[in-house]
Amino acid sequence: MATYDRLFDTLGLRDWCGTEESDGPMSMADLLAKSSGSEATTSLRDFPFPSLDALHDACQAIPQSRDLTKGLETGFLDIRDALRVVVDPLTQPLSWALEDMLWVMTETPWWVMVPVLLLITYAVARSWKVVGFVALVLAGLAFVDHYEVAMQTLAIIFVCALICVLFGVPIGIAMSRSDRLQGVLTPVLDMLQTLPPFVYLIPLIFLFSVTEPKLYGIAVILYAIVPVVRLTNLGIRLVDPDVIEAADAFGMTKSQKLFGVQIPLALPNIMAGVNQTIMMSLAMVVIASMVSAPGLGILVLRGIRNLELGVGLIAGLGIVVLAIALDRVTKASLARIDASQTSR
Amino acid sequence: MTKNVKVSIRNLYKIFGADPQAALAKVHEGMTKAELLDQTGHVLGLQDINVDMKEGEITVIMGLSGSGKSTLIRHLNRLIEPTAGEVLVNGEDILSWNDAQLRTLRRESMSMVFQNFALLPHRTVLENAGMALATRGMARRDFEGEANKWLDRVGLAGQGEQYPRQLSGGMQQRVGIARALASNSDIMLMDEAFSALDPLIRTDMQNLLLELQAELQKTIVFITHDLDEALKLADHLVILKDGAVVQQGQPQEILLNPADPYIEDFVADINRARVLRVRSVMTDRKPDAPVDGEVAPGDNLESVIALAEGNLDRAFSVSKNGETLGYIDMQSLVRALVPRRVDAEA
Ligand SMILES: Nc1ncnc2c1ncn2[C@@H]1O[C@H](COP(=O)(O)OP(=O)(O)O)[C@@H](O)[C@H]1O
Ligand SMILES: [Mg+2]
Repeated sequence: MATYDRLFDTLGLRDWCGTEESDGPMSMADLLAKSSGSEATTSLRDFPFPSLDALHDACQAIPQSRDLTKGLETGFLDIRDALRVVVDPLTQPLSWALEDMLWVMTETPWWVMVPVLLLITYAVARSWKVVGFVALVLAGLAFVDHYEVAMQTLAIIFVCALICVLFGVPIGIAMSRSDRLQGVLTPVLDMLQTLPPFVYLIPLIFLFSVTEPKLYGIAVILYAIVPVVRLTNLGIRLVDPDVIEAADAFGMTKSQKLFGVQIPLALPNIMAGVNQTIMMSLAMVVIASMVSAPGLGILVLRGIRNLELGVGLIAGLGIVVLAIALDRVTKASLARIDASQTSR
Repeated sequence: MTKNVKVSIRNLYKIFGADPQAALAKVHEGMTKAELLDQTGHVLGLQDINVDMKEGEITVIMGLSGSGKSTLIRHLNRLIEPTAGEVLVNGEDILSWNDAQLRTLRRESMSMVFQNFALLPHRTVLENAGMALATRGMARRDFEGEANKWLDRVGLAGQGEQYPRQLSGGMQQRVGIARALASNSDIMLMDEAFSALDPLIRTDMQNLLLELQAELQKTIVFITHDLDEALKLADHLVILKDGAVVQQGQPQEILLNPADPYIEDFVADINRARVLRVRSVMTDRKPDAPVDGEVAPGDNLESVIALAEGNLDRAFSVSKNGETLGYIDMQSLVRALVPRRVDAEA
């Protein structure tokens, strides 16, 4: 007898529940009870919570918890093919972009790649100090033979961060213009940011095959797009209302206002968002190594799996210096924008 | 000489809140601003405003903070939509205009100067001055000449490549004025344009405005909470209290004949000898006392007292271009210096 038998009897639901005995698999508790030879008399201490499993014991018609997880799984598998028809072609360019970028950054000889990276650094940061620091970081990584993995990590970050900005800034702008959209998107952004990164991976693994780069690409983008959206929205909402009023009073159109006033004045905030987006891409790229994202994360993973302490530590250190370098470069460009327009 | 009415406000009401029309009905039934706020939570911003603003004149709207001045001036270019009433510009009701017409109005016929300057911080002084022209689609090299001309005119020659934050408050507001002038609009709206400035700089800016106005003859709507400033600038003075007009007319007229105790209090602290002009006090009647000299109608009473060396038995003829317009004697002059009480008259 199960604990909740009497409940169903008194509710008169016994017929609905079906026969007592079933050919379904026995639960562990049933087995134990059977082997102990006597019907377990439940003491108050063991009184079970009316969970699905406990209720199922008393009434066959109620599903077990494992049916729930199973149902979700089959449900997802059922719509998977339909979903793939839509999502696959949409996201295919992401795979190509990642593959191409990985190819370019690893196949280009180092004596071309490193100067190009340093040039980009100078173009963005306009500071020889930062360029020197980046040179040091790259040289250090190359010296311990981590050049190729570092380039792989960077390639993924570049592609994903760029896509985050391409989508995130317009989404942020749309959010700043509509309180309703802000109301809808804020909880979504909150969720994306608080979900443990592993959780993104689960449905994605089912959707795409593990060998496709877009699998980790999507995971990284979903995770890292949040700050640039948030800060674009915030930055535009924080633009001095007096200045907006002046723009209106002189007859600016909506787009003149957006591109001539709102975006330029929100730029420091947008850049702060880009900085955070890049840092979060890096964090996610490492985790995404579990689903075949190449780069430094693979080595960290190897360190953990095979208990190769040295390999894991060096790769971890590589990630740290890469993070510092990326942060320095974006912060330097942020400071440049700030300096050129700190208002009043 | 009667001038054309350029901008005209007719029976204008503005109510802030969720259901302004319902609140408007209550106001028509006679509910006051305080009652309306108490019982319905609506703010009566403006009630039954009727003002004519004449071409080429400075109309000053004065009132304490919260009296609805900013709300009123923003109806003239429809930055705020009224709850009821009409706004006529050159005889046309701009409330019926669509977005495109409204944009043209704002770009070409009305410019605005703001209390907090509201310059674009990321643009140079020159680009700010040319903002109206750039908004019309002009390229920088096309508006540069015009923008520089007006920057020179307001005393900012050579500062075009600076950024607004590099300038002092007074200089920033000069940019604000240059920006408004460079649009070549014939109407200029100035919302407490000088209130954020230090007193000495404020006086400079008032003089600059009068100087420019003598030359350009724009239709200016100027808002202030400062009576001295109002009296100095106004051709037509409108006094606002709790969203309603309490008195409007020539400033001298208001000073000599305040319509209610509220305005009496307002004008009580004014140096009347300096503000009142001979033309406001002079009479046709030839005085009994001998005429000791000539004064101009635009002279203030202070200068007449100085001319009489403080003696009360003097009288002067008022003449302009050799023609005698009237007379002024010291006794009526001194009487005019004493503020008149409305209740004392009754
Ligand atoms: N958007 C608004 N919503 C509600 N009340 C407002 C709004 N704008 C102005 N008011 C109210 O209208 C009145 C007049 O404001 P305002 O025109 O700014 O006065 P002033 O410029 O004379 O200081 C004030 O009582 C103010 O609180
Ligand atoms: Mg105001």
